[in-house]
Amino acid sequence: MNGAARARPESGVELYAWLFMRVSGLALLFLALGHLLIMHVIHNVETIDYQFVAHRFMTPFWRTYDLVMLWLALLHGLNGARTMIEDYVGARGWRVFSLASLYILGFIFLALGSLVILTFQPVGTS
Amino acid sequence: MKVTLKIKRFNPEKDEKPWWAEYAVEAEPTDRLLDALNAVKWYQDGTLSYRRSCAHGICGSDAMLINGSNALACKALLKNLGDTITVEPMRGFRVVKDLMVDLEPFFDKYKQVKPYFITYSVTPEKERLQSPPERERFDDTTKCILCGACTTSCPSFWANPEYVGPAAIVNAHRFIFDSRDEGREERLEILNHRDGVWRCRTIFNCVEACPRGINVTRAIGEVKQALMYRKL
Repeated sequence: MNGAARARPESGVELYAWLFMRVSGLALLFLALGHLLIMHVIHNVETIDYQFVAHRFMTPFWRTYDLVMLWLALLHGLNGARTMIEDYVGARGWRVFSLASLYILGFIFLALGSLVILTFQPVGTS
Repeated sequence: MKVTLKIKRFNPEKDEKPWWAEYAVEAEPTDRLLDALNAVKWYQDGTLSYRRSCAHGICGSDAMLINGSNALACKALLKNLGDTITVEPMRGFRVVKDLMVDLEPFFDKYKQVKPYFITYSVTPEKERLQSPPERERFDDTTKCILCGACTTSCPSFWANPEYVGPAAIVNAHRFIFDSRDEGREERLEILNHRDGVWRCRTIFNCVEACPRGINVTRAIGEVKQALMYRKL
């Protein structure tokens, strides 16, 4: 490796990824704890059904809450997985394949989740 | 006391792969591992190779993997190491022979961060003054002796030999936070890429390995913050 005095400026993507991990991690700490509290402590898991979710999703607040949590958690996890792939998948072909699969899967989950949260119409709730 | 040294030996000219050699050495509990290595080399097996120079923990020559952790052989006392001591070369670099590794890539990374004063302003007639708090700002990272213990204990470096490594970042930190230096921007730019500071995963192995007690991960974190505040 000839690395002497090699400057390799980059656009700073890694900087923003690093910052995002810290900010989203902090936000998720409260969002996920709140979620845990509501879904598992305040309400028993057995009482959570379609009606419960439908009732909850009538207010824009909870839709926003879930949407923000979905995006932050998924992107936070995706970036963590990207980091691991970039650290440990050395062969170029495998790396490109793994990253491509990761991004495609991530996009599908993000799109599906957002679709449900944004377009959900309660049926048969009082 | 009697100690057994289990040393990982490898001579690339003769051996196909590394092998373990065992040597029994009579020594005092207050002796250092380096004394025991010398006892082996001088009286038992002259073919054993390792680096050592000052033997007082300041030249940084004899960093090696001792009982699974990086340390200086001249600072490791036998009484703290048990009856059987395993000694291996530092991980992540090519073994030249036995406990000696090729440190050329290590110093290449060191040179990358421009570890020297850079000034563009007119040279003053007297020395460049600095207040005690300004000096204190980078005091921790002035202690580096370039032994390589931190870089070769870093899992991120093992996985990516292109990673500039903790030692180079520590030496960049020493100048980035020096009020007299004017090369801050170019050094930060050099470290602001995937194999720069952003390869650090805050594993803290470097902090445990540093024989000088430098808080390496903190220094890397401060460089990351400097990069962040520069952009925002």
